[in-house]
Amino acid sequence: MTNDVMQKLTYREAVREAIREAMKKDDRVFLMGEDVGRYGGCFAVSKGLLEDFGPTRIRDTPLSESGFVGAGIGAALGGMRPIVEVMTVNFSLLAADQIINNAAAYLHMSGGLFNVPIVIRMATGGGRQLAAQHSRSLEGWYAHIPGIKVLSPATVEDARGMLWTALEDPDPVLIFENAGLYNMEGMLPPDIGPVDIDKARIRREGKDISIISYSASLFKSLDAAEILAKEGIEAEVIDLRTLRPLDETTFLDSVARTHRALIVDEGWRSGSISAEISSRIMESAFYELDAPVERLCSAEVPLPYARHLEEAALPQVNKIAALVKKMVGTHG
Amino acid sequence: MKTKNTGKKKAAATNHNHAVHLLRSMIRIRRLEDKCAELYTTTKIRGFMHLYDGEEAIAVGVLEALTQDDAIVATYREHGHALIRGLSAGSILAEMYGKQEGCSRGRGGSMHLFDDKLRFYGGNAIVGGGLPIAVGLALADKMQQKKRVTCCFFGDGAVAEGEFHESMNLAALWKLPVLFVCENNLYAMGTALKYSQSNMDLAGKAASYDVASVAVDGMDVLAVEAAAQKATEVIRFKGEPFFLECQTYRFRAHSMYDAELYRTKAEVDEWKKRCPIATFTQRLKNEGLLSDADLEKIEGDVAQEINEAVAFAEACTWEPLEDLTRFVYSERRMS
Ligand SMILES: Cc1ncc(C[n+]2csc(CCOP(=O)(O)OP(=O)(O)O)c2C)c(N)n1
Ligand SMILES: [Mg+2]
Repeated sequence: MTNDVMQKLTYREAVREAIREAMKKDDRVFLMGEDVGRYGGCFAVSKGLLEDFGPTRIRDTPLSESGFVGAGIGAALGGMRPIVEVMTVNFSLLAADQIINNAAAYLHMSGGLFNVPIVIRMATGGGRQLAAQHSRSLEGWYAHIPGIKVLSPATVEDARGMLWTALEDPDPVLIFENAGLYNMEGMLPPDIGPVDIDKARIRREGKDISIISYSASLFKSLDAAEILAKEGIEAEVIDLRTLRPLDETTFLDSVARTHRALIVDEGWRSGSISAEISSRIMESAFYELDAPVERLCSAEVPLPYARHLEEAALPQVNKIAALVKKMVGTHG
Repeated sequence: MKTKNTGKKKAAATNHNHAVHLLRSMIRIRRLEDKCAELYTTTKIRGFMHLYDGEEAIAVGVLEALTQDDAIVATYREHGHALIRGLSAGSILAEMYGKQEGCSRGRGGSMHLFDDKLRFYGGNAIVGGGLPIAVGLALADKMQQKKRVTCCFFGDGAVAEGEFHESMNLAALWKLPVLFVCENNLYAMGTALKYSQSNMDLAGKAASYDVASVAVDGMDVLAVEAAAQKATEVIRFKGEPFFLECQTYRFRAHSMYDAELYRTKAEVDEWKKRCPIATFTQRLKNEGLLSDADLEKIEGDVAQEINEAVAFAEACTWEPLEDLTRFVYSERRMS
């Protein structure tokens, strides 16, 4: 594949094209959520889709997170393939009942009779000075729930390719799009197809340490790896991509090669996905370790507004680099 | 003259058959619930269990108005709805026993009865949680140009939930074929309606969302049936939602763990005089549509049905422990 046939796409456009393609491929697919139609999507993801597909399939909803997420579940049970957009994860808490008590539980409660093929997309993440109620990273928290799948596309390719695979999945899939990534550009071949949603990816190979991350933190980890490389430390950077089910094989294999693991997660540290990953390394790769597993997470505060405070609360490139140096330097 | 006579006789026979069918349906629910209560005390059934005694006319009357294509979303007080929809008493009891031959393989219990072929979407134990699902099922029908009704049962307690209001608004806004059936038994656990609603006119609340609404005597199976028939006609014709408030009373405790401190025995007794089964039986007898022999036959048949269901549940098997984590994710891909 040469560069001239590659297409430059933002993450936002990648999601939009994924929705457009799904809508064309399968007329059971429709998009609904607050301001997805006439407004064009609160992050402009669905801009232009209303014109192409009309208000029945690009369906503006009232401010009723529980109501329209539940309606999406019902529509999925009724034979449709809804993509429900919740503006951000913060507001999804108003639909937590439907997501957790209904979508995640229906198949099991019914002894396998009723699966719920719904895709729920939402923006996530902090770092934009929006203060506590607009800055949460709760994808790890959702990953606690059996019965749903939790995707966290970091790259433009995954933003483009995960949606269709999620729509083909018979069970509820939550897709978390870090709002800080929407403007990120990437090069994709025009014939880019769906991608798997069950495997983590090694985004940079290295032999000295495994940095395990996902979503926006992936790029901070990659930047840190770049800095570290100049100092002779070769960090392997893993993009989890999917938080449930967790592909532990990829990170356990990596740790077996590098003997060190650092988890970088914008979520909080207590009771978190980073704690889960750390536990799994303890359970399955303890004797491979040359140093204790470390975690770099958000400070345990509701994210503050002031820029310097928010920056201090979130994992940052310099902190990742410093922590890696400490880990590599002091042990083994 | 002759034709007319035959017609009259035919109509009378139809009336008779239909009346007996309605009565039989209500008695089937009552006897199933009696058996459930008994099995609960002998610990064959565990967990939370909510019985429907006193409210039978609603499930029976409303389900008469539905076709096999229509969908049903119910609450945790749904044994009667499931039975009348066509789930066998055996599969219902087996479910409550926790057996793998139960309608939900023993994964749901009393509060989560399901049947895909009968479009019975459960047994939802979150108060108000089923309403948005019903809205979505109707949305799917509308988008697929399927002329079907989704019928959603819920209690008076659910009317205070946000999901009720969100669902009314969505169903009216999008003109969706949902029959909302509020089983107003005046209590949400121990909280009387007057302690939970600033305005106790529940049908009026639905009307405020531009949902056509009617309140009906939920102790009168014919009244419920007629109202539901009319409601479903409107829904099918206009493709718009309808709200049916059925005013009723629960004769038993809220669940099996309820000391009933919040109401008097006198109040319960007063309502029991309006028992939908007793009053309908009397009415049919008065009108000459029911003989003692008819009644005996119904009771005999139902007793046999329930006994066979218990025997079935007893004989059913436990799902092997290796299967514990099945049905968390689908075992088949789909297209
Ligand atoms: C969201 C939620 N809150 C509380 C409960 C506990 N609860 C179970 S039933 C019930 C009362 C519901 O009353 P109503 O809707 O009138 O139905 P009824 O039991 O009278 O049939 C309550 C509070 C619950 N299951 N779900
Ligand atoms: Mg009630």
